[in-house]
Formats: sequence, C-alpha cells, structure tokens
Amino acid sequence: MKKTLLALSLGLGLAVSGVAQAKTLVFCSEGSPEGFNPSLYSAGTTFDASSQTIFNRLVQFEAGSTKVVPGLAESWTASADGLEYTFNLRKGVKYHTTKDFTPTRDFNADDILFTFNRMWKEDHPYHDVSGGDYKYFGWMSMGDLLKSIEKVDDYTVKFTLNYAEAPFVSNMAMDFASVLSAEYGDELAASGNKDDIDHKPVGTGPFVFKSYQKDAMIRYTAHDDYWGGRSNIDKLVFAITTDANVRYQKLKAGECHVMPYPNPADVAAMDKDPEINLLRQEGLNVGYLAFNTEKPPFDQKLVRQALNMAINKQSILDVVFKGAGSIAKNPIPPTIWSYNDDVKDYDYDPEKAKAMLAEAGVSGLKTNIWAMPVQRPYNPNARRMAELIQADWAKVGVEAEIVTFEWGEYLKRSKNGEHDTVLLGWTGDNGDPDNFMYVLLGCDAAKDGGNRARWCNEEFDSTLRQAKKVTDQAQRTTLYEKAQVIFKEEAPWVTIAHSVVFKPVRKEVTGFKVHPLGSHIFYDGVDLK
Amino acid sequence: MLKFLFKRLLVLVPVFFGVTLVAFGFIRVLPGDPVEVLAGERGVSAERHAELMTQLGLNEPLWQQYLNYIGDVLQGDLGTSLITNRPVAEEFFELFPATAELAICAILFAIILGIPAGIIAAVKRGTLIDQGIMGISLAGYSMPIFWWGLLLIILFSNTLNLTPVSGRLSFLFEVEPVTGFMLIDSFLSDEKGAFKSAMHHLVLPSVVLGTIPLAVIARQTRSAMLEVLSEDYVRTAKAKGLSPLRVIAIHALRNAMITVVTVIGLQVAVLLAGAILTETIFGWPGIGKWIIFSVFSRDYFAVQGGLLLIATSVMVVNLTVDLLYGLINPRILH
Amino acid sequence: MTSLTAKTSYSVRSQQWREFWFYFSASKTAVAGLCFLIGVVLMAIFADVISPHLPAEQYRDFTEIPPAWMEGGQMRFFLGTDYAGRDMLSRIIHGARLSLIAGAIVVIMSASIGVLLGLVAGFQGGWIETIIMRVMDTIMAVPGLLMALVLVAVLGPGLLNAMVAIAITYTPSFVRLTRASTMTELNKDYVTASKVAGAGPMRLMFISILPNCMAPLIVQGTLSFSTAILDTAALGFLGMGAQAPLPEWGTLIAENRDLMLSAPWTVTFPGIAILLAVLAINLMGDGLRDALDPKLKRS
Repeated sequence: MKKTLLALSLGLGLAVSGVAQAKTLVFCSEGSPEGFNPSLYSAGTTFDASSQTIFNRLVQFEAGSTKVVPGLAESWTASADGLEYTFNLRKGVKYHTTKDFTPTRDFNADDILFTFNRMWKEDHPYHDVSGGDYKYFGWMSMGDLLKSIEKVDDYTVKFTLNYAEAPFVSNMAMDFASVLSAEYGDELAASGNKDDIDHKPVGTGPFVFKSYQKDAMIRYTAHDDYWGGRSNIDKLVFAITTDANVRYQKLKAGECHVMPYPNPADVAAMDKDPEINLLRQEGLNVGYLAFNTEKPPFDQKLVRQALNMAINKQSILDVVFKGAGSIAKNPIPPTIWSYNDDVKDYDYDPEKAKAMLAEAGVSGLKTNIWAMPVQRPYNPNARRMAELIQADWAKVGVEAEIVTFEWGEYLKRSKNGEHDTVLLGWTGDNGDPDNFMYVLLGCDAAKDGGNRARWCNEEFDSTLRQAKKVTDQAQRTTLYEKAQVIFKEEAPWVTIAHSVVFKPVRKEVTGFKVHPLGSHIFYDGVDLK
Repeated sequence: MLKFLFKRLLVLVPVFFGVTLVAFGFIRVLPGDPVEVLAGERGVSAERHAELMTQLGLNEPLWQQYLNYIGDVLQGDLGTSLITNRPVAEEFFELFPATAELAICAILFAIILGIPAGIIAAVKRGTLIDQGIMGISLAGYSMPIFWWGLLLIILFSNTLNLTPVSGRLSFLFEVEPVTGFMLIDSFLSDEKGAFKSAMHHLVLPSVVLGTIPLAVIARQTRSAMLEVLSEDYVRTAKAKGLSPLRVIAIHALRNAMITVVTVIGLQVAVLLAGAILTETIFGWPGIGKWIIFSVFSRDYFAVQGGLLLIATSVMVVNLTVDLLYGLINPRILH
Repeated sequence: MTSLTAKTSYSVRSQQWREFWFYFSASKTAVAGLCFLIGVVLMAIFADVISPHLPAEQYRDFTEIPPAWMEGGQMRFFLGTDYAGRDMLSRIIHGARLSLIAGAIVVIMSASIGVLLGLVAGFQGGWIETIIMRVMDTIMAVPGLLMALVLVAVLGPGLLNAMVAIAITYTPSFVRLTRASTMTELNKDYVTASKVAGAGPMRLMFISILPNCMAPLIVQGTLSFSTAILDTAALGFLGMGAQAPLPEWGTLIAENRDLMLSAPWTVTFPGIAILLAVLAINLMGDGLRDALDPKLKRS
C-alpha cells in the first residue's frame, strides 16, 4: 500500500507540475459519444460529451437535483389552461468561437426557432441532416404536443400546445432540447458543409469543443465569455475508457479525476482509499422482472404474488449489485416525488410461495426468464440476476430456463410478448412519475408493447390519466400514491432494485455533485485543488 | 515478375467479390433489427420504424440492395455507420494507424526475441537451453492471449504499478494526430515526456499480441537453422575451419530472413484476429475494438464495411509478402 | 487371394504402427503431453464423480471465498468460489468436458467437410476445383476469429453455434492440405494401377488415395484441436460462445472478469486450465508430426 502511495504521489507530482498553469480535469468516460448533437442520440455518454458541456437549454436541471431552473430563458410563464408557455430569453449570451466559426451576434429567439424547427418541421433545411432521426423529440411525443412556436420579439418565444401536459417545462430541460446556433447553421449551409453542425459543434455552454479522437479522447477548453461566469477548470478532457476495471486503475494512478460506473465489486476498496472520495446517490431508475400477464398461469394474481415471494431480493442485491442498490418495492424510485413509502413489499417466503402456488393449482411449472444482453445501471448483470432467480424459483418447484437474445431482438420480441417473464428496467428522463408509470404500465403501453407485463388495469390506468391532466402537484401526488398501491397488490412485476449510483472522485476535485438524471457536470462550482 | 504480379491480382478479383458477398450476406441474415437497437428501452412506433427502414434502404429486394452496395463500393463508398452517422471508411482509416502501430510493434517484438532464440536453440540443439527455449515457445503458442493480457495487467499494472493499464498516451499530453502513429506523433510534438508515455502504453499490448508470433518465429527459425546446419556446404564451411559464429551469421541469417518473411505473411491474419482480443482488453482505440463494438451494437453498415476493409488489407499484405518472398527467393516465381 | 492381401495389409499396418510408436515414444515430452491429455479426458468423463460439488450449486453464504491456501480459504472450496458461491474447482472440472467436446467436434466437422471438398477438388479439377478453392480463399481472407465472431452473431450466441462457426473457419486448411496431397498421389503408380484395374472414382478417392494422405491430416487435426479449444474459449470470453452458467473455460473468465482485481482466482485458474490442456495437445502434436513426417524424422 505504501509503495502504491509513493508511486502515486510521484505520478501526481508530474501531473501537478503540468496543472500549475492550466487546470486540467480528466474524466474517464465510459465510451465514445455517438456524436455531438444531443437531439439525434439517446446515450448518456453522448449527453455528457455534448449537452452538458457545449450546450445550454431554455431551462435546466439544477446540478444535483431534478429541480428546473432558468437557463437560456431567464423566466417563463404558463397560461391558466396550461396550453401556452412564454419564455423570456437571457440577453448577452455569447456563442463559442472555434476554428471554423466566429459568431457576429448574441444568442436570440432565432436560435430557439432554428433548434426546434429542425427537429419538428420536415421541410426545415436541416431536418434530414445526419439521418434526421430525433429520438427524444419523438419519445416525448413533442411532435403531437406542439401546436406552434412563435417569436414574439428577439428575446421572447411562445410555445403553444395541443393539449395540457404537466411535464412540458421539465421536457425543455432535457438534453435533446439543447440550443444550437442559427448563425452557424446559415454559414454552414452557405458553404455546403451542413453535416459539420453535428460534428463540429458550436453552442453557448461552459466549455468549447476542441478536438475528438474516436475511442480515445475529447478535449474542451473553458468558454471565456460564458454567461454564467467562466468555469474554474481551464481544460476538460474526456479520456474514453470502456472497461470499468481500467477506469478504476486510472483513477488510482491519478490519470483521471472522475470516473462513472465503477464495478460494484470494486466499490468497497474505493471507499477505503484515502485518495478517493466516493460520492453516492440513489439512481433515478428501476430494474424489474415483468410477468407476461397474457400468458397463463401469469394471468393469475396469486401466481404473480407467489413468484414475488419466492425471490430472495436481498441476495440479488448482495451478489449482483454488491450492495450498490436498494430493494425496490414501487415502480418509481424513492427520489421521485409521490413515492409511496407505505406500500409493503412481498417478503421472501418460499414456503408460503409454495403454498400459494398449490392454491392456484400450479404445479411443475416450466417457464423462462429473459435476461438482457446489455449492462444497465438498473441491472449491472442481467445474466447473473437471472441465474439467482432461476435458483430461487427452483426451490419452489418452478423450473425456469434462461433465454437471451441480441439486444434489438430482445427488445422487439419482448415488445411482441414472446416472453414468459422478462428482465428490464427504466431510467427516468425528467424526474416526473408519469415518465415511469404511464410509459411502463399504462394500457396504451400494453397495446404498443412498452408495457412488458402487457398488463392493463382499468382502475390503475384511469388514475394515471387523471394525474396527467391535473397541474396541482399535491393532487397529482395523491393519485400516484394510490396507483402504487394498486400496482403492488396486482403484482404485474417483481420490482427488484433501484441502483445506487457511485461516483468515485479524486480528493483534489471539489464541488463535484452526482446528478440524479445521470449526467456528469463539470461546471457549477467544480474545481481542482 | 510483372506476370507473376498480374496472375496474383487476377486470383484476388473473385476473392474480393466473394468477400463483398460474404459481408453483404452476413449483414442481411443477422437476426435483430437495427432500428429497434437504436431505439432501446423507449421503443419506436410502427410507422417510424417503416420510415427508417426505407431510409436505410433495407426494404428493397435483396439483389437490388446488393447491386447498390457493389456500385457504392466500387465508387469507394462503404456506407454510413448507423450509430455515429459518419462514413464507415472514414472511421476505419482514423482507427487503422493505431492497430497498425500495435501490430508492427508486436511483430518487431516477436522478431527481435524470436530469431535469436531460435538460432540459439538450434545451435545448442538437445541441451537444456534448447529444451527450455522450445518449452517456453510452445507454452507461448498455447497461450489464450485474452487471459494472458488480463494476467499481465494484474501483475504489472495493478500489483507493480509499472505500466499504464490502457490507452495509447497519458491524457496530460496533447499530441496532434499527424500520422496517426502515436510513437511518431508524440516524438514530433514538443510535449516533454509524451514519447516515453507512448512507449509505456505500447509495452504490454505488444507483448500480448506478439506472444504467439514470437513462439511461431522461434520454432520456425530453429527448424530452418537445423536444416541449414546439416547441409553439406555448411558442414564443408565448418570443416574448412570457419568460425561457427561466421558460419551461422552468413548462412543462417539468409535462411532466417526467408522464414521471417513467410511467417509474417502467415501471421497477418493471426495478428488481426489477435488484435480483436488485445485491443478489447487494453482499451486500444483500433479497428479490432471498433469492429467488435460494431458487431455487438448491430451497426450493420460498419460491420459490412469493416469486414471488407479488413479482408482487403489482409489480401494486400499477403500479396506484398508473396512479392517480397519472390525477391528473396526467385525460384518460386516459376 | 483376398485373404492374403488382407493379411499383408494388416501386417504392413501393424508394422507402420510399431514404427510410429517407436518414433513417437522417443520424445519424452510428447508422451508426457499424451499422458496429461488422457488425464484431462478421464477428468472430463468422470467429472460427476470427482468434482466435489455440483458446478451450478450456489453457496450464497460462501461467495468469493479465496483458494484453500490463501487467508480465509477453505478446504471444501479448494480453488475458491465465484460471485454466486459456486465452487471454482468443480466448475473447471466440468468445463473440461465442454472444452474437449467442443474442440473434438470442431475438428471432426471441419476435417470431414474439408477432406471431402479437398478430395473432390484435387480429383476432379476444372471449374469445380476453381469454385471450391475460391470459396476457401474467401473464407481465409477474413481473420478466423473475426469470421467466427460474425458467424456467431448471425447464428446467435451459444456453444453449438460457436463450434459451427469455428469449424467453418478451419475448413480451408483441410481442403488445401487434402487437395495438395491428392494431386501428388494422383500421379503415382498405384493410382494408375487401380485406374487400369477399373476402380471407380469413389473407390479411388476414399480407398486408394485418402489413406495415403492421412499423416499430414492427422497432424493438422491435432493442431486444429488445440486451436479450436483456444478459439472456443476466446469466443466464450467475448460473450459469443458458451453462455453462462455453462462452465466453459473461456466463459468462466468472462463471467468473472469484473472480479479480476477483487477475486483474481476466479480468472486465474480457468486460464491455467486452458493453457495446460492446449499445451499438452500441442506437445503431443509435435510428437505426432515428428513421428509421421519422414522428412523431419531424423533431424
């Protein structure tokens, strides 16, 4: 250990001497970004590298919470019927100056129109650039929701909606709504290099994009004229390191300052390391096992409850999450408002489960457990989880076969309901309970397959629909609390776990906060000692 | 010579088309649906799905798709990656130098250790030294290199803290990619210590990737040497009283050259296959890691283009080796 | 007449066999490799009897126990346990079965198809030969592991599909070898003699020519056997071969890879198992080659 420390301090000595003039923060990111325009992509990796560094949105999530705070809009108002939103834009916001672009004007309403019309209007000159597939814009049903976007004056924009949608302002804080530069767009269109808008990004954010080498690194420098004040960090580097073991190694060696997604197995050692601050926060996600309620015997509530009881969740938490998670009893994580803590989970009780299965007239049940081929925060190792569930179920006389498919195939087939039981999960987009419950358990979702339990409960569904229309949060809370009680009783899922997100950060980094929506933010008070 | 070259090229043409068929065919029979993968947990509506399939040209009849593909390939267009929306060829050639650098260093490592080891084993034939060298090289030849890499990381990077764990260069250095070869780029840059850092990063991956070629070269050199040493003119030379060192230097090295050239030729495909594992383990940003990622993420067009480019590079290297071999040993031209 | 030929050929065979064994047993290392391999085969056959635990049994109170000789180790889990409390030793013993069977099946599949195509190509010539050889060239143009990887992606991950994929990538070497030997043998007197005697092409190919090309094929088969085990393990390591909880050796390394630093024994021992098994086969292969290849025999 002493030796390690010595080598470490030597290594750091080298590092520090370089840092003396310019503060360089290295982030060992977990993969290559898909690109640099967040509206086209869906991976958190991409958002970290684009929306959280280069861009701003009209409104933003406060660092470390899901609270919506002013961004490029200084303030906003909603009409009484919830159909009109007016944003007052910030003045004097400067765009980045890069090798290829020098802005001649400040940010204004034209940029907002450019950004949203590109995603929305199929005849927009930029709509088809880079494939023209605006993922989150589609997923959040923005196309159906928007009626019009008007420029009232240079610094006022009005959004009119087709129907009242309580989470609209939160949507505007999501990564996909990052604001591009209309002037840059015009310039590229004139020179015939439209594609560059997504590869050589220009935004208003705290960091200016400098260079990218695929699978190796991304470099940024501080934006000197940032409207929120220049960042404390002079240079920001994303060192792309796909392997979690390796990221940890690099963090220990001082080759990077912050790393995401540690191996659950390494967390204990990180906690003990005096050079590392281990930050933790409950993740905004849920991992679950969904029963296909269309297939017997899973159409029986009793069977679903019994199989719930047959699973030793604590053991899953220990083995798969290595303690980096908490047992889930509700379909939404405890960090979301309206979480109903009065709901009681099914206890692990194989004897009772056996009896209940017998009562339901089920014996010698042969079934399958689908295990995802990919790693997700809500399920770090689905195969391992499936093996444990398989062993648990065997004890109550249920024989389950583990099935896996290539990821696209897995999603498609489970959407078509080919599974008996399937492991999956969800990570919240905007911190609204609707974004979990309606999307995953509503009757509409049962029809189009997003509801993997294919479970459509009249009472549950109407409660959710009601909560969508009401704008008063207290009223909505009551409704969602009621929905959670129905959900637990009916047991269409085995709610397994909410992950706890660990962020190991080196001691010399100060002010870094874990963001519940999963982004990594290096502005807002982050500094190096 | 020209005729020989021409003949070889003529054979390559059907193989090239064979590879385009394979690359094209594979991708079309791959289970799974690229549009679905891109959408993930959030899903995609049926209309949008159909729209995207049309946009990607995956709705046309197969023969039409193939003709389009061949037409594009002949014009140098290998398609666009589904994930990054960038041309596949561009991605490939951006990452290729990293793999080339690793492969060259691995083969150099193998040659520098392998040839002397083989010569010594041959000269000291039957002794403990010979048995030791041959035993080690057979172990190297039997090595599961993905495990070997992990073992070396545990030992050298984790326990001894001697080598960096992954990547090509410490991120403290900013080196402009000029050639794409990190050793050269870092040498040209004015960053102090960058070259050393690049060297450090290369050591373990080169050793891992070079292990099997090293074993093969050592074994080949030994048997080539044994053959030469038993030939009459060498015996005569020895009998004439020439110093053994001279005999070996003059007569053996020429033969060793032939062996090495042949082995390198045979090892190119092996090296590229090994690069897939080595790059995965060491986070080396090269084409091996890229193609694995593309296969796993169902990036249809990247796999299709990547297969073709890799196969083409193997063919080009093999052709070059054949020509070199012809130069060294003119007999085979006829 | 017939019985006489049979007798002669029998004694010729036994003579050949004795000669072979004479040269093979001269190499101590080859014999050692053979003995070790026999040991592994026995271990695989009697895995159920000799392994201390069931390979899939999860002792959840004993997860990540280190090997017996390390601090905190227990004799009942001699090589330690993995993340779910499964005994590593039992898993490795059972894994021998999967790895050996996989290797053997790959060789049988690729050799039988390869020999058949090689015989046809060498014997028939013409456009059939051209087509066969160009197809083989195409397969060889793509690095073997990459080819296998993409094939498995098509067929779906799994041990059986991995074996098929690897077998396909191994076929060209058998085809080339058989074709070359066939073409050499075709010009020899005994073939001409059988032709004159009116032997049909089938008889010529399988009865006359094939037995005389056996020596290099056996050597190639042994070498393929060892690389097949390595490649199956590599595919398993990449998550495209045998699927957990099957204890195939490469899969064992893959499933425990995130424990590499916290529980290194879960990664180390399966690797040693692969290395030793492959080394034994290669030692034996070297011995076989020396004994069967007359050119190298006395060098």
